Amino acid sequence: MNRDVKTPTASDRFADEWAGQKYSLARRFTGYLGMLLCVAVIGLPVYWMVIGAFKVSQEIYQVPPTWLPKQPTLTNFVDAWQAAPFGRYYVNTLITTLFGSGFEVFFAVTSAFAFAFLRFPQKELLFLILLAALMVPNQVTILPNYLTIAQLGWINTYQGIVVPGAAVAYGTFLLRQYFRTLPHEVMDAAKVDGASHLRTLWSIVLPLARPAIVTMALLSIVAKWNDFLWPLLVTNTREMRVLPIGIFWLMVEEGTINWGVVMAGTLFVVVPVVLVFLYAQRYVVDGIAAGAVKG
Amino acid sequence: MRRFSAAEKREWGLFALLVSPNLFLLGVFTYWPLIYNSYLSFVRWDLLSPVKIWVGWSNYTYLFTSPDFGAILFNTLFFTLGSVVALCVLGLGVALLLNQKLRWRNSARSVIFSPVMLSGAAIGIVWIYIFDPRYGLLDVLIRLVGMRSPNWLLDPNWAMLAVIIVHVWKNLGYAVVILLAGLQAIPKELYEAAGVDGAGSIARFRAVTLPGLSPVLFFLVLTSILAGFQSFDIVKVMTEGGPIRSTTTLIYALYQEGFVAFNAGRAGVASVLLFGIMLVFTVVQFRYSEKNVHYA
Repeated sequence: MNRDVKTPTASDRFADEWAGQKYSLARRFTGYLGMLLCVAVIGLPVYWMVIGAFKVSQEIYQVPPTWLPKQPTLTNFVDAWQAAPFGRYYVNTLITTLFGSGFEVFFAVTSAFAFAFLRFPQKELLFLILLAALMVPNQVTILPNYLTIAQLGWINTYQGIVVPGAAVAYGTFLLRQYFRTLPHEVMDAAKVDGASHLRTLWSIVLPLARPAIVTMALLSIVAKWNDFLWPLLVTNTREMRVLPIGIFWLMVEEGTINWGVVMAGTLFVVVPVVLVFLYAQRYVVDGIAAGAVKG
Repeated sequence: MRRFSAAEKREWGLFALLVSPNLFLLGVFTYWPLIYNSYLSFVRWDLLSPVKIWVGWSNYTYLFTSPDFGAILFNTLFFTLGSVVALCVLGLGVALLLNQKLRWRNSARSVIFSPVMLSGAAIGIVWIYIFDPRYGLLDVLIRLVGMRSPNWLLDPNWAMLAVIIVHVWKNLGYAVVILLAGLQAIPKELYEAAGVDGAGSIARFRAVTLPGLSPVLFFLVLTSILAGFQSFDIVKVMTEGGPIRSTTTLIYALYQEGFVAFNAGRAGVASVLLFGIMLVFTVVQFRYSEKNVHYA
């Protein structure tokens, strides 16, 4: 209830007290219980992964299983790092993620700026052509794109992993909508000052649209880091694998024989994303929520 | 006819410079594949030989008459509808819970959201370990109620349920965040008005919450349907479409025909079909957001 705007009436106050009382009793208790249950359902599998990575192998296959590693060990991490070239996987994933997201953000910003502020004949038609790409999910393009990449001789190359996913329709759409809400006075002032278009983009639009661009960049980085299907198709050597593909093959090779090593490997894949998320969760969660409520 | 100033023409040049790389790449890697898929669906080709044999509709008739096809379509619908229903029901429950004034609810929201950010491949692998009927976490929990775990991933009756559980576990946080935002966008005055009218909590839920939430719920249903049709990594990692094809969905069949069996024609048919089904849902979503989004 917004007390700054309207003065509370007697019935308001009554409703508040009534609600407050109800909150403080059974409802509060079930609320916290429910919350604990949710966190447990989501958290337990993650906990299981983490303790699995620190258990010695006899302990993993012990029945009933233990809830805390009896002799915590780091050997699983060492073994995983030796069983598969994780150093190389990290380098590959970093390169494909940075270039993939870099291209996406660059294309989204430049195209959105052009569509929002520059004049061009039949601009709306071009924008519709771009938007129509949203109706084509990546999954239905894999076979022709594989053939194109093979024709270019790009199988097992970074450009083969990055280029087909570099163009961006959704991000362009979102940023264009955002750019159009920026205050017109500022843009006009820049024009009067004789600032060139690129200068306006760089020193006015970019700083103002920073939150939207950061959210988009973060979501793009996470998506590229986790991308599985496309890198699986266009790489077939160990040296060119990215982390999600590497962990898949580690599981195929070590699998049920050595769960501790496999869990250590999955931690190699997920820990960087968890760190990014801890640092930037507001941008991500709020960005996703805003996308849904605004359509 | 209007004459264009030099400044305007310069603007055209800059526009073309900024937009053309993006549009070019979309043309090559998004639009061209649609055309090429349709062509491939009419040929027989193993991806290697220099000749593609034109076979007309036979790839289509093969697929539509094969007994596997019905099963694949059923699996796709079962996976998609099952996970969408679970995501909406569970997501709504959790969102209502977190919409109360509770301490730590933002932290809880972040924890519940975090699997959305994690690699599907890594999560699938962790869950294989959890589903293990001998030393998995789930067996420990099932034993607590005096039962034994089924052999989740090796039993065709249980494998699909296992895959759905993982998909829902991973994406629940997305549903919760969206529904929570929807709940918080419902004006408080409506609840107060309903309260004054003497509506109980169930009546208020039906009269205020559900109608207020329906646009967001609709958005969630459509995005979840599209995500369900596209879900690949969990299935690939956990079951490879098995056992006995019990978890082979349309996207997995497309992968298998194209990249395991090297049958470009049948993969083409699967692509065309998948595109067609998803196009219907995407158009519905567009129509809907056009009505509800107010462009600036």
